[in-house]
Amino acid sequence: MPEKKKLLEVKHLKQYFKNGRTVTKAVDDVSFDIYQGETFGLVGESGSGKTTTGRSILQLYKPTGGEVIFEGEDVLKLKGHDDKLHFRRDAQMIFQDPYASLNPRMTVEDIIAEGLDIHHLVKDKQARHDRVIELLETVGLNESHASRFPHEFSGGQRQRIGIARALAVEPKFIVADEPISALDVSIQAQVVNLMMDLQKNRGLTYLFIAHDLSMVKFISDRIGVMHYGKLLEVGPADEVYDRPLHDYTKSLISAVPVPDPEIERARKRIGYDPSGENEPGQSMHEIRPGHFVRCTDAEVEHYREVAASYEK
Amino acid sequence: MAERVLDVKNLKIDFHTYAGEVKAIRDVSFHLDKGETLAIVGESGSGKSVTTRSIIGLLAKNAKIVGGEIDFHGKNLLDIKEKEWQDIRGNEIAMIFQDPMTSLDPTMKIGQQIAEPLIKHKGASKKEAWAKALEMMKAVGIPNAEERINEYPHQFSGGMRQRIVIAIALICEPEILLADEPTTALDVTVQAEILDLMKDLQKRVKTSIIFITHDLGVVAGMADRVAVMYAGEFLEYGTVDDIFYNPQHPYTWGLINSMPTLESQTLESIPGTPPDLLDPPKGDPFAARNKYALKIDLEKKAPFFKVSDTHYASTWLLDPRAPKVEPPAEIQRRWAKYAKMKQTASNS
Repeated sequence: MPEKKKLLEVKHLKQYFKNGRTVTKAVDDVSFDIYQGETFGLVGESGSGKTTTGRSILQLYKPTGGEVIFEGEDVLKLKGHDDKLHFRRDAQMIFQDPYASLNPRMTVEDIIAEGLDIHHLVKDKQARHDRVIELLETVGLNESHASRFPHEFSGGQRQRIGIARALAVEPKFIVADEPISALDVSIQAQVVNLMMDLQKNRGLTYLFIAHDLSMVKFISDRIGVMHYGKLLEVGPADEVYDRPLHDYTKSLISAVPVPDPEIERARKRIGYDPSGENEPGQSMHEIRPGHFVRCTDAEVEHYREVAASYEK
Repeated sequence: MAERVLDVKNLKIDFHTYAGEVKAIRDVSFHLDKGETLAIVGESGSGKSVTTRSIIGLLAKNAKIVGGEIDFHGKNLLDIKEKEWQDIRGNEIAMIFQDPMTSLDPTMKIGQQIAEPLIKHKGASKKEAWAKALEMMKAVGIPNAEERINEYPHQFSGGMRQRIVIAIALICEPEILLADEPTTALDVTVQAEILDLMKDLQKRVKTSIIFITHDLGVVAGMADRVAVMYAGEFLEYGTVDDIFYNPQHPYTWGLINSMPTLESQTLESIPGTPPDLLDPPKGDPFAARNKYALKIDLEKKAPFFKVSDTHYASTWLLDPRAPKVEPPAEIQRRWAKYAKMKQTASNS
């Protein structure tokens, strides 16, 4: 296998929020890599820290500690305005709520072109307009939509506008934070297919954050599972889904409803006791090639056995 | 034959808006048997919530009932006055709402909220009601019930609040429980617990459930029968196995096909968006998005063709004159499974 190039390395990322006297460790020592051109799915329940991780990577928060290395450079150490601007161009975000993430007082053209203006990517008004039309067509909308306002669109169309806005500055990396969870099932598939097409045609790299495990498995090359601010398991999507190692992952997968009555009738849910998560001395250990689990040195043998038990 | 608790006939509801009359429910008929769970599946705006709200008399002020009948113990629920509703609501028919964060009163202790229906409807004393509320809290799995009965909603997590809402809904042992996306706002593990709890309590209280959701996975686990709703109409209904293994309407195919399964490599999306109900299409409402649409679909909605005793679908594809079409691969796989299931059933 040819060596894949790492686009993003997250090392020991910590994001704490002070709340009076208590400190919430929203992201606690999370490390993972994202390779060029892949989709990395981050799953977890609400409060697990998956959204905060995505936002800390893009520096929408100032991380408490750790490193975020993008194309070999630690973006947390970027100082100059130009360098920061450059990173903002390379890394974009698609937000969860297509109703709240578009300014209701701006036309679609201005929303999409805002990034073009900030980064001085177009010479004149005509070029700006042409570029917006091109972007609208890329996401399945058309010229007539450019002069309208966000409230005139359905949820799925708004999410397309959000995607066009992210694409406008030709990013290399996009954080998509639950981009489909506010949409209807039939529309979800449209948006997912659009995102996958764009990835194929433009070589985009995604961090796809979601709680819908079956959709994450479908869209992702690799998956990371988060719980209570910690990354518990990372591995190839199929492997994490079919051969989960961590008890939490098993419990999560056993709770996902499957659209098949026979499977549902036979369902056995697996419980989970989170008390083991705070044991000291835990770090990521590679159990199978590319498949990591968070555990202490002493537990490695146990997880090797779990992995081996799937071989039978 | 199973005892019928509810019979909805030719229900039609419009909403008056500035833009005109929105035809939200366009001729919907169904029934509910004792102790069963009927799931109504559909996208947002398909009319599934409006349908349930009409059953508990909670339609918005601008709603206008254009026609139909909802028969409940010989009474037409569409005719009765607000005064009568107050005896039925929360007593014989109860509802669980989608958002547990907004469906509880933030200024009332939860014990009081759970006990209130008993005092109001069953004439229980405060003490009796309080004791029953405590029992109910334990039944829905709230730990430390003796202490927590005196707490307020904000002191509970989303999953715990939904348990409280369920306790309130079931304390009078209603005949019909309407559940409008009761787990959509919850995490998957919590969702699984709440669904198990509902199934459990249903067996104990023998209530019939109308379960509204857009999640086919949840439907597969919860429902006895399923109705597929689109643009204010039913397109197909049958037992859970009929709908999941022998679907006939192309919209049902599309819904099943747009969900990733364990084996799926590509996602088939349904193109386009649902029609505008200010000016609903004349034929099959799904025709404009349907690649299997026939010419007649654009002109005339198909009647309900009988597939089996339990299974009906409104698609012209079931007409003997219709051309044979090849459904998507996933649907063919499911049909094959259905045929096999039928065979084993008839052999044994």
